Amino acid sequence: MLLIACPHCGPRAESEFHCGGEAHIERPKDPASLSDAEWAEFVFLRDNIKGLVFERWNHAHGCRRWFNAARDSVTYEILAIYPMGSPPPALDPRRYV
Amino acid sequence: MIETYLRQSALDHLGLAGHSTAAPTEAGVQLSEKPLPVAVNLRGDSGDAAFVEAVREALGLALPTLPNTATTGEGLALLWLGPDEWLAMQHDAAAFAEAQLATKLRKALDGLHAAVTEMGESLCCLSLAGAQARAVLAKGCPLDLHPRAFGGSGHCAQSLLAKAAVTLLQVSDAPAFELYVRRSFADYLWRWLEDAAREYGVAVVRP
Ligand SMILES: [Zn+2]
Repeated sequence: MLLIACPHCGPRAESEFHCGGEAHIERPKDPASLSDAEWAEFVFLRDNIKGLVFERWNHAHGCRRWFNAARDSVTYEILAIYPMGSPPPALDPRRYV
Repeated sequence: MIETYLRQSALDHLGLAGHSTAAPTEAGVQLSEKPLPVAVNLRGDSGDAAFVEAVREALGLALPTLPNTATTGEGLALLWLGPDEWLAMQHDAAAFAEAQLATKLRKALDGLHAAVTEMGESLCCLSLAGAQARAVLAKGCPLDLHPRAFGGSGHCAQSLLAKAAVTLLQVSDAPAFELYVRRSFADYLWRWLEDAAREYGVAVVRP
């Protein structure tokens, strides 16, 4: 069980949260101009990095607010919590392969 | 507002009044239902002094801006739910108590960027008290309930209890807690609490 520091409620158990997947995926400005491959890339394809990842999390059973988290996908260590809309913090990328 | 004669607690079918005793008891845990709480959800900007003042004027309570805290007054509690969200809870069985509470807030907040939403009969209030109340909660709730972390009377939190979403409010250092749960979960949670409390001795008491 991860202990996640909600930026509003403080440290809470992982079971109170919902992970919203990879963060910082920008919706295409002009979707109509995209090829099928580009659209599939936006909708379905994710990086699935072994190391530093940036994710969206929602405190679903607490304050119900969204926030971003930087996490090591190997050790599960949460390295930073930062607000939605903020750029990802500069952190060691921790690549394992 | 539902017709008064149709209002029915989510635990009405258990007939709790029929087998409850008058507190206090020797039991390690005392359970009761505080039927038909009045709940009004409030949204607004706590950084806006006019909003904070309007709430204080309408309810006679300070807006709790510290996370996981509540302010309480005469039969009324104002719970922090999030950075811009609160829950006003009132134990008042009078017919139009909810509409009156909401109207009072709406009048005071007129012209401000705020939202007041009546929650109807959506919540059920269970009360859990006694020396072993924390031990019972700890069986199904991931919160750190130690007094050092869950800081006594006036502390509140939204969390899970036995996988049901609950809002927990500590009402006494004794300790005593109020649990607000959606009415469709009330029967399940009541039975779960009775079972979890059995080993400490459990008494159903009058609210
Ligand atoms: Zn939270």
